[in-house]
Amino acid sequence: MTDWPILSLLTFLPLVGVLFLLVIRGEDEFSLKNIRHIALWTTVVNFVFACVLWAKFDHANAGFQFVEQAAWLGGAINYRMGVDGISTPFTILTAFLMPFCILASWNSITHRVKEYMIAFLVLETLMIGVFCALDLVLFYLFFEGGLIPMFLIIGIWGGKRRVYASFKFFLYTLLGSLLMLVGILAMYGTAGTTDIQALLQYKFPAGMQTWLWLGFFASFAVKMPMWPVHTWLPDAHVEAPTAGSVILAGILLKMGGYGFLRFSLPMFPLASEQFAPLVFALSVVAIIYTSLVALMQEDIKKLIAYSSVAHMGFVTMGIFTLNAQGVQGAVFQMVSHGIVSGALFLCVGVVYDRMHTREIAAFGGLVNRMPWYAAAFLVFTMANVGLPGTSGFVGEFLTLMGAFRANTWVAFFATTGVILSAGYALWLYRKVIFGEMTKPSLEGIADLNRREIAILVPLVLLTVLFGVWPAPILDMSAASVDGILNTATAAIEAAGKTAAR
Amino acid sequence: MTSLPQFAVALPEIVLAIGALVLVLVGAIAGDRTTGLINGLAVALLAVAGVLVLAAPVETAPAFGGGFTADAFARFMKVLAYVAAIGALALSFDYMRREGFARYEYAVLVVLSTLGMSLMISASDLITLYLGLELQSLALYVIAAIHRDDVRSTEAGLKYFVLGALSSGMLLYGASLVYGTTGAIGFADIAASIEDAQTVSLGLIFGIVFLLAGFAFKISAVPFHMWTPDVYEGAPTPITAFFASATKVAGVAMFVRAVSEAFPGVTQEWRQVVVFVAIASMALGSFAAIGQRNLKRLMAYSSIGHMGYVLVGLAAGTPEGVRGVAIYAAIYVAMTLGAFACILSMRVGDRYVESIDDLAGLSRTKPAMAFVLSMILFSLAGIPPLAGFFAKFYVFYAAVNAGLYPLAVIGFVLSVVGAFYYLRIVKIIYFDEPTVEFAPMTAAAKLVLTLAGGFTLLYFVYPAPLTSAAQAAAASLF
Repeated sequence: MTDWPILSLLTFLPLVGVLFLLVIRGEDEFSLKNIRHIALWTTVVNFVFACVLWAKFDHANAGFQFVEQAAWLGGAINYRMGVDGISTPFTILTAFLMPFCILASWNSITHRVKEYMIAFLVLETLMIGVFCALDLVLFYLFFEGGLIPMFLIIGIWGGKRRVYASFKFFLYTLLGSLLMLVGILAMYGTAGTTDIQALLQYKFPAGMQTWLWLGFFASFAVKMPMWPVHTWLPDAHVEAPTAGSVILAGILLKMGGYGFLRFSLPMFPLASEQFAPLVFALSVVAIIYTSLVALMQEDIKKLIAYSSVAHMGFVTMGIFTLNAQGVQGAVFQMVSHGIVSGALFLCVGVVYDRMHTREIAAFGGLVNRMPWYAAAFLVFTMANVGLPGTSGFVGEFLTLMGAFRANTWVAFFATTGVILSAGYALWLYRKVIFGEMTKPSLEGIADLNRREIAILVPLVLLTVLFGVWPAPILDMSAASVDGILNTATAAIEAAGKTAAR
Repeated sequence: MTSLPQFAVALPEIVLAIGALVLVLVGAIAGDRTTGLINGLAVALLAVAGVLVLAAPVETAPAFGGGFTADAFARFMKVLAYVAAIGALALSFDYMRREGFARYEYAVLVVLSTLGMSLMISASDLITLYLGLELQSLALYVIAAIHRDDVRSTEAGLKYFVLGALSSGMLLYGASLVYGTTGAIGFADIAASIEDAQTVSLGLIFGIVFLLAGFAFKISAVPFHMWTPDVYEGAPTPITAFFASATKVAGVAMFVRAVSEAFPGVTQEWRQVVVFVAIASMALGSFAAIGQRNLKRLMAYSSIGHMGYVLVGLAAGTPEGVRGVAIYAAIYVAMTLGAFACILSMRVGDRYVESIDDLAGLSRTKPAMAFVLSMILFSLAGIPPLAGFFAKFYVFYAAVNAGLYPLAVIGFVLSVVGAFYYLRIVKIIYFDEPTVEFAPMTAAAKLVLTLAGGFTLLYFVYPAPLTSAAQAAAASLF
């Protein structure tokens, strides 16, 4: 396909930045500046490579592109990389969000800056690796390896209850992932290979599919997170530093949805069909219940965290509708949520840096002093609600349409979530932005500075752009989604025929 | 003259035996002045033996009337045991000098004990096995108590001796029962006799159970683990490192060879025992470690847990399982030596400390050591991409492939519990504020930590050589 290994480059380039960071000594202003610039430029260059990937990507091809292979563990386990229409958007999204994370930490992280930047760059490698890996073991390596830097990011640079939050995050995710590992080992033993391309063709017996599906479900449901295993997320979000929350909401949660699309649906189609009602039920509960919980929050970050769980409910629902609208909508919703929720956390970071509190009650009337901030926050709030014209609408609409075709009642209940999300998001916006500025502590608060404008403007533009012109993402994923759905429905129909006979 | 080539098979052991005797003579004549020289020579001796093992052609046929095998499995495990012994020796010199019990006997005893391990690893009949085991153990009893002026050290030595003697007795009893029912002591002969007998006699079952109890004792697997925390805590730290690394390798090798070569016909019978012991060890290792405040005690429980994971691979009873065990043993040695290099660097002024809380804020005072230690801890917890993950990956792969799904699921769930206490140490290192500052690391500790940490951290980059060596080792047993 290409002469040079673009995916490996994309994945491991941040580690080159880490090497540069490691040689910097000293804690003075000058070296801190160097550290920040190295981290920023590494991520920017990586994003440029991601754009090259985008430009070279063949939209009509449903299979994997840019495939690389090298001997690794021996046996059937090899180093394999490759992307298709489902993983490319996430790869690009990861590379896109990273510079914003570095910028958002520019002034707010003041101690152990070097370690912080190293943790983020390592995390970028691991996250991009997850989306590019074409080998189960390699995928697991990246998937689980991300726990270490994230654990340290929450634990070292987090808020007051950071230790509790980091342990909960780590242990929850680890338990889920290890059950998936049992499934991976069983697949390796049965199919004799861990090549994802080969496994996509392999037909596992129906009984085994059920168990494998459950194993993978345990991992992805925690990562997603789905109700009732979502409780680590609000804690992790609240305690993590701003950039950590952005990565958590923007990328890490998407790994769960990506996993469902990459493994559960195409590899275990029979079990996916069998368990679809369960997923629907959990998704609807997530959408309604966590939206209601969000209404009661006093902490801005916690509110956005619960709204993330609700939005991820739309994603799981869309994926298991097993039709093109639902799955496409899920992919789009994930990308859109990555941008919007990331942006919302960045907005929280802006006021947190100034006031050092995230209490909703501590704010009010910010529009008087921070008009630009209010405008940006408005766009993201509306996108979070799913207002037509913003990217949030497209994903929610498509998943709901897919759900309607699959099960009317699911669509009916899920739609109430849209109303509830308007409820909490608008309430939050009114409390924080509108009203009289009565709090004396807020009087000196300044509007966005140049760095913050540079962070938020691209995100605003993208939110609106994808809202009115969602084609770039939908076109990219269309061929691959169709491919997955065709194999899945063919397998389900074949099994139906055997059963009928 | 036909017997002469047989000696070549045992050349590393012969070199070790003669070398140890020469070192005793030198020490006895020249006294404690030559401790430094003897220490250096002991390390060199072990290194030479290791090179001889590697250089010798792989001989699959047993020598000395079927009692001694130098196959690929023996080669793999011996190299591992020698490396562990060298690492532990290198760590101990500085410690002994500071604590004021530097003696030439120490290095000699370590060499003798390693010789015993070598015999255990190569033993392919019950007599050689017992002889090797006793040589190893007797040297270890003395080493554990070598710090004569320290109450804890003497107590550890005594405890180890009494319980070790008991376990040796059990092993011997089991061996005699096996001999009584099968009429053979060579592993191959026992296997053939069981094959011929068609039915499994009760005496044989009893014999196997007693043998397994003895083995479990030597690798400190539950329910024969009680001595471990006390001995680990009481013995001088570098000696604990030796106990935790080299003796475990030899014990595991002996265990694996005995059950795979002598009892392949009754896999169903011994598998139940091994599965139970594995689950019990993983559970106890995970839960009991949570309450520990002393790092050495914690490492004791951690090693009990890790022996449980090793037995998961053995429980599969397949070449894949033995391959997993071999890889696990190699990675475990690296992680253990690295961890003990760190524990031995916990020195405030001239005093050694071993409480977990003393590590508080290590990431501020010693960033490099903190980083490597944390990576080793993550690796012990089995988090990818570190080496410990691959260790667990291979043993659990074997278990899943042998259809032992419940064992795999239980093992993974318990490893989450285990992850908790490793994480707690990482938390203390990274999240807490520093209280004390440690003295600079010694060169030996730095070297061991660099090698062990580098292996743990970068194993995933080029894992093929170890995997293929372990594969060859496993193939030679089946």
